[in-house]
Amino acid sequence: MRLKTFPGGVHPPDEKKYSAAMPITEIPLPQKVCIHLSQHIGSPSKPIVAVGDEVLTGQKIAEATGFVSLIQHSSISGKVTAIDRFPNATGFNSMAIQITGDGSDKWIELIDEQNFMDLPIEEMKKRIGDAGICGMGGAGFPTFVKLSPPADKPIDTVILNGVECEPYLTSDHRLMLEKGEEIIIGLKLIMKILCAEKGMIGIEANKPDAIAKMQELTKNEPHIEVVTLKLRYPQGAEKQLIYAATKRKVPAGGLPLEVGIVVQNVGTAFAVYEAIRYKKPLIQRIITVTGSPVVNPQNLLARIGTPFSELVDFCGGTKEEVGKVICGGPMMGFALPSLEATVGKGSGGLVLLNKETARLKEEGNCLRCARCVDVCPMNLVPCMIVSAVKYDNQKLAVSSGLNDCMKCGACAYVCPAQIRLVQYIDTGKIRYAEAKK
Amino acid sequence: MKDRFIVSPAPHFHDQTTTKNVMWNVVLALTPALIFAIYFWGFKSLLLTLLGAVSAMVTEAIIQKLRKVPITVSDGSAFLTGMLLAYNINAGAPWWIPVLGAAFAIAIGKQVFGGLGNNPVNPALLGRAFLMASWPTLMTAGWSIPKGGTLSGITDPSVIAVNLQNLSPKAYDLVTGATPLKVAQTLRDSSFVSSLSANAEQGFDLANRIFTNLTDLSALKNLFWGNIGGCIGEVSVFALLLGAAYLLYKNIIEWRIPLFYIGTVFVLSFFLAPLKGSGFSPLLPFFHIFSGGLMLGAFFMATDYTTTPITKSGRIIFAIGCGILTVVIRLYGGYPEGVSYSILFMNVLTPLIDKFNMPKAFGRVKK
Repeated sequence: MRLKTFPGGVHPPDEKKYSAAMPITEIPLPQKVCIHLSQHIGSPSKPIVAVGDEVLTGQKIAEATGFVSLIQHSSISGKVTAIDRFPNATGFNSMAIQITGDGSDKWIELIDEQNFMDLPIEEMKKRIGDAGICGMGGAGFPTFVKLSPPADKPIDTVILNGVECEPYLTSDHRLMLEKGEEIIIGLKLIMKILCAEKGMIGIEANKPDAIAKMQELTKNEPHIEVVTLKLRYPQGAEKQLIYAATKRKVPAGGLPLEVGIVVQNVGTAFAVYEAIRYKKPLIQRIITVTGSPVVNPQNLLARIGTPFSELVDFCGGTKEEVGKVICGGPMMGFALPSLEATVGKGSGGLVLLNKETARLKEEGNCLRCARCVDVCPMNLVPCMIVSAVKYDNQKLAVSSGLNDCMKCGACAYVCPAQIRLVQYIDTGKIRYAEAKK
Repeated sequence: MKDRFIVSPAPHFHDQTTTKNVMWNVVLALTPALIFAIYFWGFKSLLLTLLGAVSAMVTEAIIQKLRKVPITVSDGSAFLTGMLLAYNINAGAPWWIPVLGAAFAIAIGKQVFGGLGNNPVNPALLGRAFLMASWPTLMTAGWSIPKGGTLSGITDPSVIAVNLQNLSPKAYDLVTGATPLKVAQTLRDSSFVSSLSANAEQGFDLANRIFTNLTDLSALKNLFWGNIGGCIGEVSVFALLLGAAYLLYKNIIEWRIPLFYIGTVFVLSFFLAPLKGSGFSPLLPFFHIFSGGLMLGAFFMATDYTTTPITKSGRIIFAIGCGILTVVIRLYGGYPEGVSYSILFMNVLTPLIDKFNMPKAFGRVKK
């Protein structure tokens, strides 16, 4: 049978061999954590603690500042030691609450709701909001917002994203293998909240064990379908996943809910389950620490705010010189200047590249070879956008698709002239967004 | 001391393809044709090819030096241009022909526009057009007879008719002294046909007989292997297909342009190419796609990245345009062969074709 996929895209080496077989391991409590106030899309959270305050694990320390915003919690128990700018998971500095642990990991009180499936929908949404959950695939859109579509946009299908199309990353893969039951319950909860009758779980064919596990778990669930997808990047992008699984096309500039679909990452579904059943806030996540320089690549269960340096140390340190550190995957992740930054809610991986792989290559002239046109999953003309941005031709840049680009990087991946197309496109997006103001 | 790592925007991964290996791979794919040329005409063809390539590289280096830009001759693009230019000249040409042609191709065809990626038309073809305009006789006459073959591709020109030499010396000269397409063009010329014999009927019959021989299976076999008269790199269909298969396999050229280009020539020549009085023949389209520079042009020149459309539908329009023009020039134009001018003409139209073939973004509704 021909596997489902989307038009365009590339096929980078998946490099999942380093960590795919490693079970999820919880790492020891960090001494200090930094809880960033902006780990999500939307307005930054506002601290409700002051330096010197004692906090418990799971205690709310920052509140939301609008509808599209997020609550933050302390991920360890201890004392607030600073509210200042700290390095974040995107390579920059931003406001964060630093907590120095007391080593006791004293939690706030959790519950164990027996009939959590029968809770009123509003209560479920409230618990998701109170748990500070945002999309855990990387973009970090607050989950309760995504689960509150306007009344005139009925949702019929929820798709769980277990694609993990970024090379190297295996955190979603391991989560599906080890927490499959909980993910399915999370999916059912999301379907209930949205009154959606159909659930789908999209997984790429390079994870046969996860596909088998999910199929086994859903064999008595007629409303839930496990969709095996052909290996192709960027299949984990929302619009591409929706097209691959359902053949529905999300209108340009629109949201998935316009075609009756909501997509959630499998990790988000797991967090939703824990939030609704136990009222457990999102204070930890699975992160893959991998790459050829890492001595023992692993999938770690780490508290939000744990410094990346501690993750690397836990994995045995490095065995060759590190050229680049990427938070996220190598296609869309952020290069970090140092290991001082900390785990965020959307950090699925920490990828270390050696000097040779990280070496930046000289940019050449565009040959107009059209490889970028062939691979663009959004059917744009990337080389044209780039030259339009270079010559500051806003009209041409927009008509070539500047605003439709989601920066997946497939074009820059294949460019034989090593042109950093995404960088130019990003420049254009920023320049013309400012011009609009 | 804090670690400091390389920081750059995503993606942090890149596939192995570079401009350099694209160019050198095309050079590699053109090598079988050169080996065949060496077999047919000796090392003179290798020498002319190298002269073209070296002249192109030297010209590029000098101009880049004058322009004070980085010298990039090692990327292979100048070598490739020089090589393709030499492939378009005849093995009997004097040594300075490829040297001048390649220098013109690089200087006027490429560097004046800003170098790699900025040229509006294929520089090698522009170089060839320059040579054709300046030294037409050196470019279109004085073909060397290939080892183990004849100029016209007719296996044994003397047995077309019993004693052809005595019957019509003019016809004999034609089939022994011209390339296949030139023969075909001449046979379409009614004044030539009527001059073949005092008896109009007889002349007409003779022309048809030559035409049948020109396009029969044994002639097609010669066209396929390449033991016929023609330019250094264009004669052997077999060698060019070998290289083309390699480039298609390596994903360096795409299939749309060669398929639609050759396909258009095939279909049109089936209907339009029969000689007056002779019927449709399934062999005739093969004669047209195997002869002249079509294989070289369709696989190696019409697929040049810079001068062809970047959109898929645009490439198809481009290729069909090339095919129509090639057939029109061959059958109704003043030249026996039209591949290079067709490609040059379509090169010029490329920006226009692209403009009207911009794809609709995923999820955008057609207006």
